Amino acid sequence: MSVARFWRKQVQRYNLVGTHCKSCDEYFYPPRNMCPTCRRNGKIESYKFNGDGEVISFTVIRTAAVGFEHQTPYILAIVQLKEGPKLTTQISCGIDEIYLGMKVKPVFRKLGDGGEKGMIYYGTKFIAAE
Amino acid sequence: MRDVAIIGVKNTNFGEKWDVSFRDIFVEAGAGSLQDAGVAGEDIDGLYVGNMSGGQFVEQEHIGALIADYSGLAKNLNVPSTRVEAACASGGLALRQAIFGVASGYQDIVVAAGVEKMTDVSSAVASAALAAASDREWEGIMGATFPGLYAMIARLHMHKYGTTSEQMAEVAVKNHSNGFLNPISQYRRKITVEDVLSSILVADPLHILDCSPITDGASSLVLAPADIAHEYTDTPVYIKASSQASDTISLHDRKDITTLDSTVAAANRAYEMAKMKPNDIDLVEVHDCFTIAEICAIEDLGFVKKGQGGSFTQEGETSIGGKIPVNTSGGLKSCGHPVGATGIKQAVEVVHQLRGEAGKRQLDNANIGMTHNVGGSGATAVVHILARDR
Ligand SMILES: [Zn+2]
Repeated sequence: MSVARFWRKQVQRYNLVGTHCKSCDEYFYPPRNMCPTCRRNGKIESYKFNGDGEVISFTVIRTAAVGFEHQTPYILAIVQLKEGPKLTTQISCGIDEIYLGMKVKPVFRKLGDGGEKGMIYYGTKFIAAE
Repeated sequence: MRDVAIIGVKNTNFGEKWDVSFRDIFVEAGAGSLQDAGVAGEDIDGLYVGNMSGGQFVEQEHIGALIADYSGLAKNLNVPSTRVEAACASGGLALRQAIFGVASGYQDIVVAAGVEKMTDVSSAVASAALAAASDREWEGIMGATFPGLYAMIARLHMHKYGTTSEQMAEVAVKNHSNGFLNPISQYRRKITVEDVLSSILVADPLHILDCSPITDGASSLVLAPADIAHEYTDTPVYIKASSQASDTISLHDRKDITTLDSTVAAANRAYEMAKMKPNDIDLVEVHDCFTIAEICAIEDLGFVKKGQGGSFTQEGETSIGGKIPVNTSGGLKSCGHPVGATGIKQAVEVVHQLRGEAGKRQLDNANIGMTHNVGGSGATAVVHILARDR
């Protein structure tokens, strides 16, 4: 991903900042500026999640996505935050320690890099809450 | 709106076709379908071509014009040609656009085709190109792969409904058994449940034999107004419904990741348009990019109650001779998955079955068939219902 494209959402990726629609009280992460329920009548504000969440589903990736080869096996999961939105993330734990319904909390981690001369991407992964 | 019929069909062989190019395979399928329909270039009012990623697979965009050119339809005839893209649903969507052209009265004889040449690049590049059908910014950046996304669907389906790895493996076994009988298949060999379960894990719980392959291939259909279809063929196949639906681009934004709401919506629209119910359908070609995807598809299309797709498959009800034969072609799993061509190939298979030309995999009473083509993890679904009777 290009530097500019990553940089535009750096705050949101680093600090788990999404959005909230004041009209219908729905929360969004990844952030959305158009509420799917209220559309043009939505009143969108920025919202920082504290990141308490739960594992909805997960997999252990053994054939990596391009750029993630050295991380295999890694755990990919869908996590639901307590305010409601769900997101795709990695869980930092042993591949035998993860389970459905596991309570998790966010951590700041390296996501990947653009090769030897590319930038390093940081963002939010999750670990067990206890 | 006019009724529309399919008057000609053609698939190339599917597989790793290193000796032929993107243009070669398209011309083979297109010319074959025109030959089958008995249509000349002068008769053609338009081309619609499903192609997911010519840019990444063969570094070629402007696919529509290229295809018109190398099919001999550009230089003197100047036939309009439109490339259609909706990831792995590009082919189904090309058919739908072609139907719009004919049904509206804007065009008469139209070609609906699909093509993908995926093996000219390394499998890593091909996988990255396919991954672009998911959300690059919020799934891809976390290391998500397509097997990974469908693996998360499988994990939750197993948890909620008791679906097992053996039941998923049965989908692959059945599709290889059908594909074994299909001369165009990429993998013409039978496999066992044990083969699937002992193959390497790609993304738990999915094994490599739960996944569809990377494939080169092209498929083509010729459409005409139903009123004149008999001028070209004794066995026209009629379009009874064409529908399409969207859902969130990211899997994580779905209400329930074990149901593809786009499939449910497209199916409901198709049944309503055709005035039919699931039990009116004699065969269905579904989008089995992964074994779990076929289980979800037969549930979401209404052939079996939610959660029972696995046991239904294990009981043989989706095999040739079962209650609803699914993927007689061998599906994406065994026949192959040249992504832009898949939606067209599904319709070619249904036409072969309805015409009684399906050889050793021919069904006894094939009058009405359905196709189900999915883009990404379900952000696009396209459903068609085809019938022998108008
Ligand atoms: Zn709202």
